[in-house]
Amino acid sequence: MKSEHPRMRYDLQIIASWIEPGAQVMDLGCGEGELLSYLIARKGVRGEGIEKNEEKAAHCIERGLSVLQGDMNVEVLDYPEDRFDYVILSQTLQQVYEPDVLIRAMLRIGRRGIVSFPNFSHWGIRLQVFFTGYAPVSRQLPYQWYDTPNIRVITLNDFRRFIRQIGLRILREAAIDTHSEDRYGKIVRFLPNLRATYGIFMIGK
Amino acid sequence: MSEYIEHDKNGASVGIVQKRFFTFAHPPERLRLESGAQLGPVTLAYETCGRLSPERDNAVLVLHALSGDSHVAGVYTAEDEKPGWWDFMVGPGKGIDTERCFVICSNVIGGCAGSTGPSSIRPETGRPYGLDFPVVTIGDMVAAQKALIDHLGIRRLLCVVGGSIGGMQVLEWTVRYPERVASAVALATTMRHSALAIAFNEVARQAIMADPHWNRGDYYDGPKPATGLAVARMIGHITYLSDEAMRLKFGRRLQDKSDFSFNFDADFQVESYLRYQGRKFVDRFDANSFLYITKAADYYDLILQHGAGSAVRAFAKARARFLVISFTSDWLYPTYQSREIVKALKKNGRDVSFCEIEADWGHDAFLLPNPRLAALIHGFLERVLREVRTSPDAL
Repeated sequence: MKSEHPRMRYDLQIIASWIEPGAQVMDLGCGEGELLSYLIARKGVRGEGIEKNEEKAAHCIERGLSVLQGDMNVEVLDYPEDRFDYVILSQTLQQVYEPDVLIRAMLRIGRRGIVSFPNFSHWGIRLQVFFTGYAPVSRQLPYQWYDTPNIRVITLNDFRRFIRQIGLRILREAAIDTHSEDRYGKIVRFLPNLRATYGIFMIGK
Repeated sequence: MSEYIEHDKNGASVGIVQKRFFTFAHPPERLRLESGAQLGPVTLAYETCGRLSPERDNAVLVLHALSGDSHVAGVYTAEDEKPGWWDFMVGPGKGIDTERCFVICSNVIGGCAGSTGPSSIRPETGRPYGLDFPVVTIGDMVAAQKALIDHLGIRRLLCVVGGSIGGMQVLEWTVRYPERVASAVALATTMRHSALAIAFNEVARQAIMADPHWNRGDYYDGPKPATGLAVARMIGHITYLSDEAMRLKFGRRLQDKSDFSFNFDADFQVESYLRYQGRKFVDRFDANSFLYITKAADYYDLILQHGAGSAVRAFAKARARFLVISFTSDWLYPTYQSREIVKALKKNGRDVSFCEIEADWGHDAFLLPNPRLAALIHGFLERVLREVRTSPDAL
């Protein structure tokens, strides 16, 4: 594989750092395969992906990745139990219609799940609502209310509670401060629900 | 499949190729067919392009569809104007890159382009087999191909690639000889024919058998059932296109006239196109081969034969990495049939990639120059080659 990842999106860097070499990985909504190809090249994982968009799925296959074009909510159902070590859902949870169904399915086909999403309780968003009275628009959530693909509003606190409620466990988490496509960022340890732009969680049964 | 043979616009070509023959199953060691009948000797016409690596790890077997033959790419002579049927896909720097891969393509048994089929001379009688030729199956075709691969000294194929009926052979290879294929590319294909596909084939066969010249398959000394075969081909061509493709290609345009002729000549372009395709086909194809090959395709049922009714069980033995591709406008083998293959493979934990390519040209899309299709196959083959070379023992 060509060295095509000098630095990838910061949240993906964190996710990659959580995955041990040689693991079996499924990336749901893998886009153009940035994370997968990184994990294969740098960590020697066996990676597969699912991507709905024909163009992007084709691009992945052309660059030598094992990727299925399809709807992740449906495709995820067909794998045998514990087929993967990690099932990743990065920056897509806010667009999922039935998050509990998908997350359970992820933990059926994989031992661990890794989920990342933009944190809706970041102070910048809170201030926008407070001062402007309009639905917030940020670099992480750059849409107007009428054209957003994001149907869910999630905060780090919400996600923790949700995982507890559906009977799963959070094994690891990182709150990060970065912009959506940025290669750089930092871990937020103090008041993460207020100061982090993204949350990344590793979950298990 | 139809013929869209044209020279590569960039001029890249494998150059001059040669048709070769391999004969095996000499009596009494005849080839035992799935029907229980025996056939021998069996000859396969085949062609190769590219170079087999010293490790013999770069062989790609291309499997042709109904009307194809061993002539997959290149030309027979420098003056030859007609390159092989998949010339846009097979060649230096192309989807199946002959600088990297050693490509093999053989004519199926039952065919009429050099391999043993109903028009071949039966040794016992010195006359063509005609309907005495045993009914062959997709499995029999694959068994014969495996004899060729053994003969060529190839332990494991890098890839088996094919579309339509060729795709059925691809699937069959992966479950019949799992340890002999590292990867498989199945294009516009199915695990078994739908009633719709069988229905079209049956109408086509009836057209041949209704031709008085067919004479129960015994016509090799007299006039051929040309009308019947031409009509059969016309039916085929309807199924290879799509409503969209026909609308774009012909609409209701008239052929070389501005008004109706008020008789039964070909008025519409679509009529004239179908008649032309029918006529052209008669010159190069044997009517009995058409019957045998379409029957083999109709009989094919991977799910029943290898999985006792379960698609998941059918692929339990498969070890290859898969690339499955369907086309949006293919109504002969629609995308849902490819997705069923993908689903069964996933349930078996197999490595499978899938893409539904947006294309207007119906079932025939896999035979038409398509940069996306070529890039997908190229990327997939490069990966498999890399994986096979880093861990040669892993399938």
